[in-house]
Amino acid sequence: MSHIGQRLRRIEDPPLLKGAARFAADISFDGQLHMRVVRSPIAFGRLLGVEVADALAAPGVAAVWTGRDVADIPPIDFRQVRLPGLASYRQPILAADHVRYVGEPLAVVLAEDAYLAEDAANLVFAEIEEFEPVRRATDAMGEFAPGLSSEAAIVHKGYGDLEAAFAAAHDIVELRLSLGRHSGVPLETRGAVACYDAALDLLEIHGAAKIPHLNRDALAKMLGRPSERIQLYEGHVGGGFGIRGELYPEDVLVALAALRLGRPIKWIEDRKEHLTAANHARDQTHLIRAAVDARGFVLAIDDEFWADQGAYVRTHAATVADLTAALLPGPYMVPAYRAAGHIRLTNKTPAGTYRAPGRFEGCFVCERLMDAIARRLDLDPVAVRRINLIPPERMPFERHTDALGTDVVYDSGAYERLLDRLLDHVQYDELRVQTEARRANGERVGIGLGMFVEKSGLGPFDDVELILHEDGGIEVVTGAASLGQGIETSIAQICADGLGARPLDITVTHGQTDRIGRGMGAFASRVTVMTGSAVHQAAGEMKEQLLQAASDMLQTPAGRLAIEAGVIGIIDRPQGPSLTLGEVVRGDAAFKSVTATFNSEHMTYPYGAHLVVAAIDPETAAVKIERYVVAYDVGRAVNPLLIEGQIAGGIAQGIGGALFEEFVYDDLAQPLAANLADYLMPTLAEMPGFEILLSEDAPSPINPLGVKGAGEGGITAAGAAIAGAVDDALGGTGDIDCLPITPTRLHDMLAGNIMPNR
Amino acid sequence: MTKLDINLNVNGETYPIKVEARRTLADALRDDCGLTGTHLGCEHGVCGACTVLVDDQPVRACLGFAVQFEGSQIRTVEGLADGDELHPLQQAFWDHHGLQCGFCTPGFLMLAVAVLEKNPDIDDGELRRALASNLCRCTGYQNIVKAVRAAAGAMKR
Ligand code: FES
Ligand code: FES
Repeated sequence: MSHIGQRLRRIEDPPLLKGAARFAADISFDGQLHMRVVRSPIAFGRLLGVEVADALAAPGVAAVWTGRDVADIPPIDFRQVRLPGLASYRQPILAADHVRYVGEPLAVVLAEDAYLAEDAANLVFAEIEEFEPVRRATDAMGEFAPGLSSEAAIVHKGYGDLEAAFAAAHDIVELRLSLGRHSGVPLETRGAVACYDAALDLLEIHGAAKIPHLNRDALAKMLGRPSERIQLYEGHVGGGFGIRGELYPEDVLVALAALRLGRPIKWIEDRKEHLTAANHARDQTHLIRAAVDARGFVLAIDDEFWADQGAYVRTHAATVADLTAALLPGPYMVPAYRAAGHIRLTNKTPAGTYRAPGRFEGCFVCERLMDAIARRLDLDPVAVRRINLIPPERMPFERHTDALGTDVVYDSGAYERLLDRLLDHVQYDELRVQTEARRANGERVGIGLGMFVEKSGLGPFDDVELILHEDGGIEVVTGAASLGQGIETSIAQICADGLGARPLDITVTHGQTDRIGRGMGAFASRVTVMTGSAVHQAAGEMKEQLLQAASDMLQTPAGRLAIEAGVIGIIDRPQGPSLTLGEVVRGDAAFKSVTATFNSEHMTYPYGAHLVVAAIDPETAAVKIERYVVAYDVGRAVNPLLIEGQIAGGIAQGIGGALFEEFVYDDLAQPLAANLADYLMPTLAEMPGFEILLSEDAPSPINPLGVKGAGEGGITAAGAAIAGAVDDALGGTGDIDCLPITPTRLHDMLAGNIMPNR
Repeated sequence: MTKLDINLNVNGETYPIKVEARRTLADALRDDCGLTGTHLGCEHGVCGACTVLVDDQPVRACLGFAVQFEGSQIRTVEGLADGDELHPLQQAFWDHHGLQCGFCTPGFLMLAVAVLEKNPDIDDGELRRALASNLCRCTGYQNIVKAVRAAAGAMKR
């Protein structure tokens, strides 16, 4: 029986259900000190001095450090998409001479108890000479530091003959669009617990997530220690979404304090800190121009955008701008293209990746453009998209851009077929008629559509070790990580199929740097593709080995043996002799674990479409989503239950980013959304029912399983489709040009004021 | 600050602990009683991850002080299963994929226990309103509703 494709419930759930899980805050060591971070209350200024005497004298305080005490530690480096010139904008672990955002760490207090640490932190006083903050990426450029402009870099991508296309255009459509600042905001805040064993000269760090191996190597460099003298351990992680698990100043401070003070150090962030200190995301403004012919076919796109990076360039370096520019044309042909993305520093919390980084933004921009073209040429919005779609016979399709250092080659896809499936499902023509009838009746209701191509399965490699234990238990050891997405179950399903075992006999060990030499972690929807493929390979090899060993024991040629549900038997002889996997290992002293590596130079590209029906409340100007449909093609679905779960979670976050969530700042760049009452994440009350149409039309030709990643497609087109629906509800005026679409903005618009575009 | 000797009754057991008056119930449960199943997502009463039952009422453990709860019967997620036998709500969350990272799960389970114990015949609208008091960042809530619905049937049996 094949386990791939089954809606298997998760093997990782029991401890989570029983309250027996181990999240970062659940880990403690005897004699530990608690770290509390003192953060800048000012957005931009020169740090004249930090007064720590009172804090040092407070009860239970072991140490207080400021930037001076850690001046020997270099700033946090990039882990991908470095561009020349970015290095000067990296963040120090404690502010040295300037503070650049509210929430920037400027001192730490280490004390016997978390309450005492917080008491003492309140006694630290920073003297700051205030400067005028830079509030927006689109404002006039300022200075990051003397002589260093607030524009850190410009990302350029493009291909084709843009000028010829614009010269030949039937029409030119131009839009200015912007997306607000929001982020992943996992329900668990960040945390780290470090412990130094002087006898072994070993630094242990618990609470790791996402990329333990990469962070170990980065920490080793910063602390001047060999990598093998640092081990990171991933426990349970309460959501990642791109932001959790990157190397942040606090992680380095915890490690450093454990080394210097020789005592275990525990740091658990509070929610206010999280909302002002962990990575923000999105926050882009685009000026897009398209040359079109009379049928609405896009001859060329010219896009210039400004990305609000916040106060420093963190581990992702230029990742988000890179992905935005590389993938903006989505599923459309677009024969000529140019993008220029300005990475601008401002005095806000630094930004990084958040689920579908660059694609949520690019999709919003590209799909608002499609709607605008339809409006300009008086065409149906579906018809405009249809004639622009890349046809299946053009696959694999070279986009002629690069993303994350790989050439963008769409590996497979039947885009129009997916669109048709979605339209059939909602009975689009009828839905259109109904919606128009309701509008004619005075209701403000509309339909929005967003199509997209996602990316997944970033290489370059993934290793796994497959171990068959003497009790018959099978252990998969991987350098990937789990942020709650269910990788243990999917990996067990893939392994079970490859081996002929039962998923419940398989355990998956991930995120432990002492168990496997290297690992890439979990990001960019890479685990099912990369780790899954490596597991598939390893399982195939182990199966060979098992059959060989069993062949000797059962005195039967290997070719006549089969493994099913963890038992090796003779084909067509159900009553014949058989062996369990455990018996084979116990009986064969030479039996070895298997390691396998899967390498990949290219990403694989799933694709989808979102359709939204939304209505505007005439009294409150609130947007009510009546219907939310996602069609998504993942090549091959390892576990549809989990994939649908990923999509549903993405939709909820997408609705949040499109309608509710925004890190608002005032004129002094003070954050106004620093708790969960002001930063509005959707609750069940804001959730419509979802309809999810999962398909497997286009398996990936570039991995042995045909799978594509499923972690992000639930969110990618949310901003686009919701904006489209609200715009349609207003009569298709094209006025919805920025996210989030809050009741205040809509109310102003309905009252006849223009929607303020940032 | 002076510490006070108090007894907390949690899941039918007495925990004699020594706490400052300002110590929250959530911190006392987690750090003094060692019951880390109750989670903290915001510490300001919005997310509901810290929901426990106090005399069968759902309460946000981050918003109360431990000293206020002497003499109350407190129930936490650790008390739901009977050995290896999961509570019907735990079972239903498992069967219906009502959790991803699982960080919000203890809070949702305790909230749902309170809601269903009080009214096993709760209608959909009321149930959705009740469950809208907690935040989940992973699931989009649909499977949580499905799970609680399914458990309502099982708990009546
Ligand atoms: S931690 Fe208590 S409500 Fe969020
Ligand atoms: S399952 Fe992650 S917050 Fe609910």
